[in-house]
Amino acid sequence: MASSLPPIEEHPFLRGLSPEQVKAIACDVREVSFPAGALLLREGDEARTLFLLRSGRVSLELNVPGQGPRQLETLKAGDILGLSWLFPPYRWHLDARAVEPVESFALDASCLRGPSPEHPVLEPALAMRLLRQLYERLERVRMQRMDLYKVGP
Amino acid sequence: MSTGALPTAGPMMPEPLRVRSLRRETADTFTVSLDVSERPGGFPFQPGQFNMLYAFGVGEVPISISGDPARPGELLHTVRTVGAVTEALRRVGRGGRMGVRGPYGRPWPLEEARGLDVVVVAGGLGLAPLRSAILHLLRHRTEYGRVSLLVGARSPEGLLYRRELARWQEDARLKVLVTVDQAGPEWKGHVGVVPALLRDVELEPSRTVALMCGPEVMMRFTVRELERQGVPDSRIHLSLERNMKCAVGFCGHCQLVPFFVCKDGPVLPYDRLRPFINPREV
Ligand SMILES: Cc1cc2nc3c(=O)[nH]c(=O)nc-3n(C[C@H](O)[C@H](O)[C@H](O)COP(=O)(O)OP(=O)(O)OC[C@H]3O[C@@H](n4cnc5c(N)ncnc54)[C@H](O)[C@@H]3O)c2cc1C
Ligand code: FES
Repeated sequence: MASSLPPIEEHPFLRGLSPEQVKAIACDVREVSFPAGALLLREGDEARTLFLLRSGRVSLELNVPGQGPRQLETLKAGDILGLSWLFPPYRWHLDARAVEPVESFALDASCLRGPSPEHPVLEPALAMRLLRQLYERLERVRMQRMDLYKVGP
Repeated sequence: MSTGALPTAGPMMPEPLRVRSLRRETADTFTVSLDVSERPGGFPFQPGQFNMLYAFGVGEVPISISGDPARPGELLHTVRTVGAVTEALRRVGRGGRMGVRGPYGRPWPLEEARGLDVVVVAGGLGLAPLRSAILHLLRHRTEYGRVSLLVGARSPEGLLYRRELARWQEDARLKVLVTVDQAGPEWKGHVGVVPALLRDVELEPSRTVALMCGPEVMMRFTVRELERQGVPDSRIHLSLERNMKCAVGFCGHCQLVPFFVCKDGPVLPYDRLRPFINPREV
């Protein structure tokens, strides 16, 4: 259960920050849980949460007409989920489904980016960590796109 | 100059062996068992070594030995049909014969890894040359620290040895993590690239040995992640693939700057390979 899981300042995404920085970032935070099969994000819905996953696994999915959902990547404890709250139109562009029961922190985006969504004021430490996550995800996507296991040049 | 004896015609002559059985692994991959019952002592080899398999009248290609090194009475190769020779090998069929010469090459450093944690990383067909190492590790399990196996494939259907993999996943002596690049909703496993799995392995960098085989780009990314975690380059071992002809260090077909992959490899430590495969060959 959530209570036996590490507190928010020990989540890998925030680890190493000062208590003040953690407080500034996690200014509005809830502990949430999802049963296996539940959607954490639904494509098209308003994006207003940054999830810091604490346990379980989440599958990022894209629904392909005629083919059904394709799994794009698995996220797990220690990962973050949901970045569409950063930029207009603030809508999720993927589904995220709990593959197994999930415990997570849910950080409120309006608090994360400040009072004006058009001119977000991000804590610099948060901005750097988000950049790093995006960069690492970009590297993984590049690799996946290369279709490494296919035969021939 | 080398003072070693020069190979005679002997090592270059393929020995015709009968196909005992042929098992389909995936849509384009099969495992062939060759009959070595008439050979005294069977076909001994070390994990990571390869044979040259000859499809009569078509050509000869290097293929890793994928069997159990403790069972030399069974000679196994897992082959992906990608072109003329591998397709001809598949067509030989049960009861037919293919030529074999070997075993060749530098094996996985399993002696050196004794007492240490071992991380085995396999991408796609790369699991074939690592299967013999995994079987060795399981047979001598108490001589090693933690053993992890990370496996990546394009899709669930592209995974090799699926039944055996499922058994290994149940085996408490091994930590097995499997990922695929793409999957439909029925797949309950991990989706993503192989290096991402490393975050789920408890690594003690100073006592870890990594054995790796797969597409070279996958290996480069995985090496980078291992380095990031502090595993020394000298303990990261890669199995390389290069076109081969003689397989005994004569013809230079397999040359990678200072190495003949057939003789100095196919398994080489990354500290020696680094200047030549990263980021591009000269
Ligand atoms: C040490 C060593 C161990 C090997 N072990 C195995 C093994 O266990 N099982 C196995 O199936 N293969 C293995 N290979 C690769 C195998 O030797 C080649 O796939 C084979 O030579 C192809 O011959 P071909 O005539 O069928 O195809 P070719 O006509 O030579 O090639 C057909 C197409 O496949 C591509 N191709 C050729 N080789 C490879 C390759 N290695 N990877 C990806 N694409 C390739 C070519 O670019 C071409 O587009 C190994 C290679 C080496 C050097
Ligand atoms: S294949 Fe001839 S030297 Fe290696």
